Amino acid sequence: MKLLSLPTDTKIPFMRWRKPVMLGALVAVIASIVLFFTVGMNFGIDFRGGTVVEMRFEKPVDIAELRSEIGDLNFGDVQIVEFGQPTDVMVRVAEQPGGDEAQQRVVIMLRELYDEEAEFRRVEVVGPRVSGELAEAGIIAVVVALLAIMAYIWLRFEWHFAVGAVVTTANDVLLTLGLFSVTQLDFNLTSIAAVLTIVGYSLNDTVVVYDRLRENLRRYKRMPLPELIDLSINQMLSRTLMTSGTTVLALIALAAFGGEVIRSFTIAMIWGVVVGTFSSIFIAAPMLITLNMRPGRTSGTAGKGSDADGDEADEPQPANA
Amino acid sequence: MLHFARWQIVGIIGVILLGVLAVVPNLVPKSWLDTWPSWLPHQRIVLGLDLQGGAYLLYQVDRDDYIEKRLRSMTGEVRNALRSEPRIGYTGLGVVDGGVQVRIRDASQLEEARDRLSGLTNPLGQSLFGSPAVEEFALTEGSDGLLRFTFTEEGLAQRIRSIVDQSIEVVRRRIDELGTTEPSIQREGENRILVEAPGGNPEQLKGLVGTTAQLTFHLVDTNVDPQQALQTRPPAGSMVLMGSEDDPYDPGRAYVVEESPLLTGEDLVDAQPGFQQQTNEPIVTFRLTTSGARRFGEITSQNVNRPFAIVLDDEVISAPVIREPITGGSGQISGSFSVQSANDLAILLRAGALPAALTLVEERTVGPGLGADSVAAGETASIVAAVLVAASMIAVYGLFGFFANVALVTNVVLILGLLSLLGATLTLPGIAGIVLTMGMAVDANVLIYERIREEGRAGRSPILAIDAGFSRAFATILDANVTTLIAAVILFQLGSGPVRGFAVTLAIGILTTVFTAFLFTRMMVALWVRRRRPSAIPI
Repeated sequence: MKLLSLPTDTKIPFMRWRKPVMLGALVAVIASIVLFFTVGMNFGIDFRGGTVVEMRFEKPVDIAELRSEIGDLNFGDVQIVEFGQPTDVMVRVAEQPGGDEAQQRVVIMLRELYDEEAEFRRVEVVGPRVSGELAEAGIIAVVVALLAIMAYIWLRFEWHFAVGAVVTTANDVLLTLGLFSVTQLDFNLTSIAAVLTIVGYSLNDTVVVYDRLRENLRRYKRMPLPELIDLSINQMLSRTLMTSGTTVLALIALAAFGGEVIRSFTIAMIWGVVVGTFSSIFIAAPMLITLNMRPGRTSGTAGKGSDADGDEADEPQPANA
Repeated sequence: MLHFARWQIVGIIGVILLGVLAVVPNLVPKSWLDTWPSWLPHQRIVLGLDLQGGAYLLYQVDRDDYIEKRLRSMTGEVRNALRSEPRIGYTGLGVVDGGVQVRIRDASQLEEARDRLSGLTNPLGQSLFGSPAVEEFALTEGSDGLLRFTFTEEGLAQRIRSIVDQSIEVVRRRIDELGTTEPSIQREGENRILVEAPGGNPEQLKGLVGTTAQLTFHLVDTNVDPQQALQTRPPAGSMVLMGSEDDPYDPGRAYVVEESPLLTGEDLVDAQPGFQQQTNEPIVTFRLTTSGARRFGEITSQNVNRPFAIVLDDEVISAPVIREPITGGSGQISGSFSVQSANDLAILLRAGALPAALTLVEERTVGPGLGADSVAAGETASIVAAVLVAASMIAVYGLFGFFANVALVTNVVLILGLLSLLGATLTLPGIAGIVLTMGMAVDANVLIYERIREEGRAGRSPILAIDAGFSRAFATILDANVTTLIAAVILFQLGSGPVRGFAVTLAIGILTTVFTAFLFTRMMVALWVRRRRPSAIPI
């Protein structure tokens, strides 16, 4: 009845590679930060103010011609790109000097030029007052979400896990910002939603791994931590692959058929799911070793030290006999 | 874990049936829905502006504009108070540093002046017994007979609040006249108004909402040359106004007019678009109130052969010459109108003027074409995603994968049902939220199934393994979903429009996922176990 089998009883020694992989992740994160500050992200009008107009012409358009026509209007920084198909263009105009009223001039002049031959499918104008507030709200949203989730994990787990989860999440968020810097995808309010969803997903994955780790910590009190982590990750491997797989499948469907409007959102999400899955294995779990969670036992020499959780092991029988 | 009492089964099925019932109104035509008994759910999912097309317009009451206007009118009030008999001599009356000030010439009249002016501080609001009313202005005294009015902070804040309320009323009247379906007009924060209107013509809507529409009639001063007045200064009591740039005959002409208006928009009872009989040009006809008609009659009989200016928001629309006294209480405004602009002006005049200018600070409009495309794209993406996810579940888990897929369909039905019941808005990011939920919803089932496999490999009997799989996976599922729920709630709190739509579906999706995975799938598996008594775990 089943067509596919997920790997079971794998014994992949993930922790053997933890140092080079964590180092690689660190390099990637630093590169993301450097890119963020040098190349910078392509902030959309939500945060910088300005105008976005999406037009559909009757015939395929000559972008170069459009560029020179709109250039003559002296709007300053203007981006014109094809949007999905040859008849569609997206025009992005930077914020005009002169406050909120001045922004309206852009749409009025574009309509004068193209109202006859093009359908104005979307018009967005964000004035300077609102863009500042939106940026502020976005940053607050991400920070508050991180703090709230950290508090929850702290409540449910131990502090090592909370710190590990936050480091993992920060890693994912930074790598996502790196993606936006490299690809120059439009970073707007929807991207903030994408970042927050990545935070949610990455934590979801991290929590699942941690949950099994916590269970095994109680069960195998003498097992060295790296071995125990390897065991836990291998136990969860089929689940991790299956869940990321189905989520990525759903997201690929969105990216392929969901239209241009949410494409940058879905691309960011796909990246986030891949990074989130990777980081729950290679960052979240080894962070516990880095944080010295089970002191003195990492080398394998058993000692009767304090129980990691204080709870009694519920059933100290090995699951993988 | 695998024991379900009959009432539990009935409860779970009942919830699902309620979900189905809540989705049904979205599938039947509106006319059917109206014939339904009232106890059945009628609510449909509201499509967001990005899906049905429409305009999201955020306006801010222009505080500076109000302050400027109010100080100007306050200057007039001060002048009138000091000029009334017996006159008090003054100098230097004007707006200085955000306040109105005047210097009283004669120190002996200072007492009297202070008395008269202190009546102008304008107590606001309904003062309850004992509590002193907030005053709009504070009157302070400087040296050498200087009297100065400044806004009180509380008074100004209260005025801005009531201006926002009045503006919302005016905007509502204007939009209602347009007949657009179900616009939403609401206050946002301290001094903003959010207008969300599905469908329609966004440019017309913007014109209607953003125009102050302060109509005034002024006598034109023909003794002064407007060009000269522009360069120097108009005589006291007069001002220079510009004509419309759209005027085909004389664009941007300047007029010198008397400062105090003969009539204002408040003297109008009605305004209608029409056509001039001789030229067939679009015009706006108006009718005046009884007192307005009387005043207009008097003025026009005294000023035959003089032009008067019809002014809208400081711009002269036209300046006809009074041929004969107009005593009938009605008149017409001709300008260079199109049919639509005449119609819009009539709407604006009927609905009344805004108390202060509104500045458009954020605009998002989506045309109906893009909206329909987005709906189609969202549908295709959802179906493809569902098929892909369902196929991989069957491929990996066989029969149990089928159970998970039944749960998945139920999950989507419940999400749509809850969205309908809550009257929540479905946006394109919201559809993305549903698709993402599909991907993640199977996670709960995957966690359970993998756990069952593990327990089976550890040597438990199938029934015990299934039982342990559900009970052990539960804590994990809960922890994993609460973290995502936290992110969704924060997104909802801080987001707006489409992003909010995403947060809503994501949050609802989490709740329904926990329900379907943990109750519905478990029930299906339990019933199957009870019937088949499996000797091996089929996954």
